[in-house]
Amino acid sequence: MTIETTTGGVLALILIMTLVTLATRFGGVFIMSFVRISPRIESFINTMASSVLIAIIVPMAFGGDAGALAALAVTAVVMLTLKKPLPAIAAGILAAALVRYSL
Amino acid sequence: MKNAAYPYQFQPAKVRSELIRMLPISLFVVAFGAAFGLAAVQEGLGPIESLLMSTLVFAGASQFAAIDMWGAEVSVIPVMVVVFAINSRHLLMGASLYPMLKDVTPAKRYGILLLLTDANWAVSAQEYQSGKRNLEVILGGGLVLWLAWIVGTWLGVYFGGLLQNPKSLGMDMVLGCFLLAMALGGKKNPRVLVAWTLAAVASLAAWKWLPANTHVVAGALAGGVVGYFWLEKKPEEEPAEGAST
Repeated sequence: MTIETTTGGVLALILIMTLVTLATRFGGVFIMSFVRISPRIESFINTMASSVLIAIIVPMAFGGDAGALAALAVTAVVMLTLKKPLPAIAAGILAAALVRYSL
Repeated sequence: MKNAAYPYQFQPAKVRSELIRMLPISLFVVAFGAAFGLAAVQEGLGPIESLLMSTLVFAGASQFAAIDMWGAEVSVIPVMVVVFAINSRHLLMGASLYPMLKDVTPAKRYGILLLLTDANWAVSAQEYQSGKRNLEVILGGGLVLWLAWIVGTWLGVYFGGLLQNPKSLGMDMVLGCFLLAMALGGKKNPRVLVAWTLAAVASLAAWKWLPANTHVVAGALAGGVVGYFWLEKKPEEEPAEGAST
């Protein structure tokens, strides 16, 4: 099934994308409202939450260039030493810029 | 709202302070938005259409992927699959906030979920790990991120990309660095480290061998399984859940 990108067609596509995205924003919470939150489920969603971050970042590091790797490595080191997010992020971005500039 | 079934109280002052807290990252979102706006008009979307997409969809990576599939005709099912796959992390993100979200009325619950996105979720989820309940950042932070995305798209549509080459300035790594800083700022114990290791391995395996865009969900679920079977020894946690379920 295809939609022509006339004005109406584009509106329909945007609406479809909106509904699909909305389903992802609402769906997890909706499903959870039928689940009794036992300590086990609570533990599951808590570890899952921080694992989401790892699962975004690790493939980003492996698929990225030297600049991406430098950014993530420097962010990690600064964050673990200073424990402050803003300097860590700034240092990471700076590292990416420097590496890409010098390569 | 002084309802026993929905005890979570939104603090307007905190919503404002969270909004301001997310301002720095929102500036980067403006730059991404501009890149999207530029890409969208180059792919043949009209200015209003591009703005409408950013306003309603508000999910950057999936919007970039969708306009990549744009043409005179667009196949609906592939677009739906790609948008769903990229945004399926929202399912898990929303679920992880449920212990807090169940304490607000359904209208507010689903209302603030409209603004759920990576950055504000990462803050809320991370603070929840250390025992702080913060839905205000979803609302306040989400509002400013949403507005930044719309303003950025508008700038990109009418003025082109703001930066000649955002990548050379490391701008493409802002969100990655932000999310990494959030992860490392959270609780770290052997249980979490094992979960992260498994999540990393599973996400890489999925990234290599499973269909595109499934790696976040695969990795996150793998990490969650560790939590399911390896319960934390309760130190001084919050009072028991379940009173209102």
